[in-house]
Amino acid sequence: MAQRRLTYIQAVNEALRQEMRRDPSIILMGEDIAGGAGREEQGIVDAWGGPFGVTKGLIQEFGAERVRDTPISEMGFIGAAVGAAMTGLRPVVELIFSDFLGVALDQIMNQAAKMRYLLAGEVKVPLVIRTTFGASLTGSQYLGGGTGPQHSQALYAPLVHIPGLKCIAPSNAYHAKGLYAAAIRDDNPVVIFDHKLLYPQHVPVPEEAYTLPIGRAEVRREGRDVTLVGISRMVDVCLEAASALAQEGIQAEVIDLLSLSPLDEEAVLGSLARTKRLVIVDESYPRCSVAGDIAALAADKGFDFLDAPVKTVTSPHAHIPYSSALEELYLPNAARVVAVVKEVMGKE
Amino acid sequence: MGVTVDKATLLRLYEKMVLIRAFEERFRQEMEAGRLVAYGHLYSGQEAVAVGVCAHLGPQDYTAITYRGHGVAIARGLDTKAMMAEIYGRATGTNRGRGGSMHIADFRHGILGANVVVGATIPLAAGAALSAQLLKTGGVAVAFFGDGAVNQGVFHEGLNLAAVWKLPLLLVCENNLYAQSTPVDYATSVERLVDRAAAYSMPGLVADGQDVFSVYQVAGEAISRLRAGEGPIFLECPTYRFSGHYVGDNTLRYRSREEEAYHRERDCLRRFRERVVADGSLLSQELEALDGRGQALLDEAVRFAEGSPPPPPEEIARDLYAS
Ligand SMILES: Cc1ncc(C[n+]2csc(CCOP(=O)(O)OP(=O)(O)O)c2C)c(N)n1
Ligand SMILES: [Mg+2]
Repeated sequence: MAQRRLTYIQAVNEALRQEMRRDPSIILMGEDIAGGAGREEQGIVDAWGGPFGVTKGLIQEFGAERVRDTPISEMGFIGAAVGAAMTGLRPVVELIFSDFLGVALDQIMNQAAKMRYLLAGEVKVPLVIRTTFGASLTGSQYLGGGTGPQHSQALYAPLVHIPGLKCIAPSNAYHAKGLYAAAIRDDNPVVIFDHKLLYPQHVPVPEEAYTLPIGRAEVRREGRDVTLVGISRMVDVCLEAASALAQEGIQAEVIDLLSLSPLDEEAVLGSLARTKRLVIVDESYPRCSVAGDIAALAADKGFDFLDAPVKTVTSPHAHIPYSSALEELYLPNAARVVAVVKEVMGKE
Repeated sequence: MGVTVDKATLLRLYEKMVLIRAFEERFRQEMEAGRLVAYGHLYSGQEAVAVGVCAHLGPQDYTAITYRGHGVAIARGLDTKAMMAEIYGRATGTNRGRGGSMHIADFRHGILGANVVVGATIPLAAGAALSAQLLKTGGVAVAFFGDGAVNQGVFHEGLNLAAVWKLPLLLVCENNLYAQSTPVDYATSVERLVDRAAAYSMPGLVADGQDVFSVYQVAGEAISRLRAGEGPIFLECPTYRFSGHYVGDNTLRYRSREEEAYHRERDCLRRFRERVVADGSLLSQELEALDGRGQALLDEAVRFAEGSPPPPPEEIARDLYAS
């Protein structure tokens, strides 16, 4: 029997639903996560179900008390989620785009992240913040553009920087479902970064609830010649590059990082020990980035393995442009990864 | 409203409102026809606000606008060809293809950027008002924002700052009753948004955002008071967006047909036409000429956009820093 396939959106929806059934202390908060203020009495149910439809149907099952539309007040409701998490609830809050992180940053980096430490380990902060990120490639050079510089950034690095937070970036529906469940069950603040372009993509997803470990990367393709580390959608780019490279006799191993913080150092260094070469592919800006962090790890703890310089394939240190012609040039793609791999293989 | 407006001004107000409507509807058509992929938030229905306020602004004045900003952009005199080219992501766009629909702005027309971050226009405009005050330019600044912005921290900080510093800042709240799908009365603790002004000891005015005469008059008085140094003023303009939050949003998921019909009845364009023809201040032929001109400008704008080149690759690294 063919395995059931779900889109990334459906997989997250299912994870939220299963977890909320399991644990009544889980509540959802965010702008338009029900929509229309969740006014069932007016026949308005699920007017939006979230800006991307991720939370569709949840208000019907769990009611407006647990599925709460918020005013546009990220600082307020994310801060409130921290307080609620400290006192018995398990909030899952939505920040529509990671670009709006700035509006709520203090609540995340100074409050959520530090509470347990400051309160001498007496408190837990079981909070999940889910957000979206990334470009929105329209696929055509001349048809307009994406979502532009304030709606497309991959802003995980600023949060990876902060101790006390966990940050994850699932790469498909299967991983999303398991990591969402793990994040919700985790007693720490976890920020989940969903790539917008992954939302409609589908893969086989088991029906029963399951978790995947936070802090663990996964080898998605084995290879002996070079290690490609990808984050979120860039894993697909790495896999595409690996297929192309295989045609030319280069066997690339692809590591799906999944967890940005904590970082699975062992997985990266273990692969590097086998392949001797490392290329990191990250859609984010290059400075103070996760890609740069992994390169530093290789230099620090994997130097003896290296047969070639560590390379990164990232966006330029520049804002993400709207124009589809520019957005396409701006982003890492398989061709760029292939070219860089050939460079480290000495096969230009 | 008993305000009398001279004929040249009447024509100008109508010309702008019609052009905004034509721009938005053409943008929608291009998208629906699959000739354009963009993320766009239309201003149709709210034209009276942008046009009524901006009629009182000059080159020394600044505005900060939102992703629903095409109306103010046109009211401030931006070229519809360059605006359309921006949406098409071309090098000839107002922002050289860097921002798209949500960011259409031109600093040379006093626009402090079109912002997608809800509430962000408020402190930016307050800063421009501070410049006007300290540099004694005689200018004022206008922050445009929606009903959804009044619950953001930055709104409250911005209003307080403007009040304690007596800045020449007009806070134009375009209350179109919804923030995405969320009704204003669910999200806001006060019954009338204008009541927020009292908390910051500033005057709160209301103008009918579907009547350009009302906005023109009330905003005119407010801006005169700002120029006289009286400090900031909050102006709520109840209005309605005729289409979805973004192009493609199905409004019937959260608004009723009856409510939509009620507000369409109150369309600012239609009320303007009826009023000026009835009182004899303009002839219907004069209005039709402007309608036709709007359509012609949009044909030209789309042709221009489609015929323009995409931005060259080196654009990606330009203007990150001043040199
Ligand atoms: C800080 C921030 N949070 C959330 C969003 C997502 N968002 C975009 S528009 C919008 C609704 C804004 O409503 P309102 O202020 O009433 O303006 P309108 O769209 O009605 O013109 C929201 C929540 C955003 N752009 N910025
Ligand atoms: Mg609104």
